[in-house]
Amino acid sequence: MALLEIQNVSRRFGDFTAVDQVSIAIEAGEFFTLLGPSGCGKTTLLRMIAGFDLPDEGRILLSGEDLADRPPEQRPVRTVFQSYALFPHMTVEGNIAFPLQMSKTPAAEVPAKVQAAIEDVRLIGFGKRYPHELSGGQKQRVAIGRALVTHPTVLLLDEPLAALDAKLREEMQIELINLQKEVGITFVYVTHDQTEALALSHRIAVMNKGRVEQLDQPSKIYSFPTSRFVADFIGKCNLLEGPVTASGNGVVSIDAEGLGPVRVATGVAVAAGKSGAIALRPEKIRVAASTLNAEPDRGPEEKPDGRSDTEPDNHFRGTVTDYLYLGDVTVYIVSTPQGCKLETLLANSGAGRTKFFEVGDAVEVSWSVDAGHFIS
Amino acid sequence: MPDTSSHKAMTSRSSERFGKWLVSAPPLVYLLFFFAIPALIMVLASFRTPGEFGGLSPLVEDGKLDLNLDSYVRFFTESVYAQIFVKSVWYALLTTLFCLLLAYPLAALIARSPKKYRDLLLLLVILPFWSNFLIRVYAWMIILGPNAAMARAANGVLSWFGHEPVPLLFSSFAVLVCLVYVHLPFMVLPLYANLEKHDQALLDAAQDLGANGWQRFWRITFPLSLPGVYAGAALVFIPALGIFAIPDILGGPEDSLIGNVIKQQFLETRDWPFGSVLSIVLTVAALVLAGLAAWVGRSQLGTRSSGALSRA
Repeated sequence: MALLEIQNVSRRFGDFTAVDQVSIAIEAGEFFTLLGPSGCGKTTLLRMIAGFDLPDEGRILLSGEDLADRPPEQRPVRTVFQSYALFPHMTVEGNIAFPLQMSKTPAAEVPAKVQAAIEDVRLIGFGKRYPHELSGGQKQRVAIGRALVTHPTVLLLDEPLAALDAKLREEMQIELINLQKEVGITFVYVTHDQTEALALSHRIAVMNKGRVEQLDQPSKIYSFPTSRFVADFIGKCNLLEGPVTASGNGVVSIDAEGLGPVRVATGVAVAAGKSGAIALRPEKIRVAASTLNAEPDRGPEEKPDGRSDTEPDNHFRGTVTDYLYLGDVTVYIVSTPQGCKLETLLANSGAGRTKFFEVGDAVEVSWSVDAGHFIS
Repeated sequence: MPDTSSHKAMTSRSSERFGKWLVSAPPLVYLLFFFAIPALIMVLASFRTPGEFGGLSPLVEDGKLDLNLDSYVRFFTESVYAQIFVKSVWYALLTTLFCLLLAYPLAALIARSPKKYRDLLLLLVILPFWSNFLIRVYAWMIILGPNAAMARAANGVLSWFGHEPVPLLFSSFAVLVCLVYVHLPFMVLPLYANLEKHDQALLDAAQDLGANGWQRFWRITFPLSLPGVYAGAALVFIPALGIFAIPDILGGPEDSLIGNVIKQQFLETRDWPFGSVLSIVLTVAALVLAGLAAWVGRSQLGTRSSGALSRA
C-alpha cells in the first residue's frame, strides 16, 4: 500500500473545477512532483493534502487513514510555503523550535533538535538571526529546516525555489535531492518549472486543467509523452501532425503537415487514416549543410536496437530562418519549402565554434525512425 | 561647461533648501507661538507667587525677582494631590486596558472582513467624531440616568438579590464607561492599521506546524500586533490622563481627576502657580510613561520591527 493515496479527488470552486478526479499513489521515500502550468490544480491538490482545503469528492489517505477529519495542525504533514512564511518576530532558532513546542516536545530536548535541524540545512552560525537578516536562499533553508525538524511523514513543497535566482535555484535543487536522500522523508513537490521537475523527481504527475495527463518517471515523461500537452509542456518539442498513412512492423507513417511522409517507430498499433502526431525533440534532429548533389548520403548507421537498420532515416531539406545563440547550444529554426518550421539544436562544443549556419543557409535535416515518439 | 552645470546644481540645491524652509515655516511659527512660548510662560508661572485676587503677583517686587518653589513644595507635601494623581493614572490605565480588550476583537474583525466592507466598518468606528465631544458625553447622562432602561435593569437585578438600588450616574462607573467610549476609536484605528497588514501565510504556516487557534493567536498574531497595541495605548492613555470634562459631567464628588484639579486651580481657586505645577507634573509624567513604553516596545521588538508586519 502506498504511503499517500489520493483517490478520485475533485475540488470545484463555483463553476470552475480546479481538481478533477485525480488519483495518485505516492510511495514512502519518494520524491514526487506535481507539474503543470498555473491554474492546473497542483496547488489546490497540495493544499488538500496539507488540510487547508477539503476535497468535494474522493479521499486522501495517509498510511491508510482518511485525513478528511483532521485539521492541518493534526496532520503529520508539513508544508514549505512559496513565500517561506517565516515568523518575522522569531529568530532562526525560534522558527525551527516552533513546531517542536507545538508538538509538546520536552523543553530539554528542543535545543539539540533545533541544532540538528540547523546543521541539516547548513545554517550553522545563523541561529540567532531574524528572517529579515537572511538572504533568500537562507530563508528557504530555514523554512525547510522548520518543516523537517519534527520528522513529518510527508513534506509538501509549494514552488519553494520560485523566488530564487537561477544560479541559487540550481544549488538548492542539488541540496534538496541530497537532503531528501538523507532524511528519507517523502517529498511532494509542486512546480510549474519542467526542468526543475525533471531534475528533482523520482516520479512526476503532469497536470493540466485539473487532471493528471501523465504520471511516470522523468525520463519516460520526457522521451515518451503520451499526449500533445505533455509533449509540448515538457521541454522543447516539434509536434508533427497529420493523418496516419501506413502502419505495421512497429513503424507508423504519417503525412506530416508541411513536411511530407514521416516514419516513426512505435509499439502502439494504429489504423491508417486516423490523425496522429509525432513528438520530436530538437536535439534528436541532425542538421547538415546541404550537399550540392541531389542524392543525400544514406550510408548505413549503427543503431543500438538493430531493428532500425533496415529503416531509412527521415530526411528533409530546408533553410535556416532563425537562430538563437544560447551559449552552450544554438537553436536553429529550419523551415521546409512547404512551410513547416522545425526547431533543432546543436551543441557548441567545438573550440571557437559558435555558429554552424547563417540565416538563409540551405540545410538537410534528418532523424532516425526511433528519434520521435508517436502520439495518437 | 562644467562651471555652469555645477552652478545650476548649486542654485537648485539652495532653492530646494529654501523650499523646505518655506513649507516648514508656518507650522514652526505656529508651534513657537502657541506651544513653546505658552509652555515657557507656564514653567515660569509655576515658580511665581499667586496674586492676592488670583492670577499672579508682580514678577519683580521692590527690585527683587519674586521666584520660589512654594507651589512645588505644596504639591509634594499635601498628599491629597499625589492621591488624585495616582487615581488619575489608575483611571487612565483602566481605560487603556478596557479599550484594548474591546478594540482588539473589533479591529481584528474589520481587518478580516471582506475588503469592500472594511471602509464602511471603519467609517462606523469614526462616525462618533462627527458629533461634538460634549454632546456625546451628555448623551451618557441620559443613557445612565436613573429613569433610563440601563439603570432600571441593573437595579432590577440588584433588588432580586435584595440589594439596595445604586445610581449609575455620577459614579466612577459612569466616568470609566464614558472614558472607554470616547477613547475606543483611538485604540481601534492603530490596531486595525497593524492587523490589516498581517500575512495570512504566517497563520497557515503556524497551523501547518501544529499550532491550534489559540496558539496561533498568542504566538503569531498578538506579538506581531504589539506595535499597534503600543500606539493605541499611547493614544488612549495620554489624553485619558488629562481629561476633565467627563468626571465633571458624569462623575461624583469622589471622581475628581487631575484634570479637574488643574481646571479648578486656574478657573475657580485662581491659583495659577499651583495649577502650572500640576500641569507640568502631568506633562512630565505622561512623557516619562510614554517614553518608557516606547523604550520597552523597542527593546522588546528590537531587530524584528523592520519588515516584521508583512512582506506585502
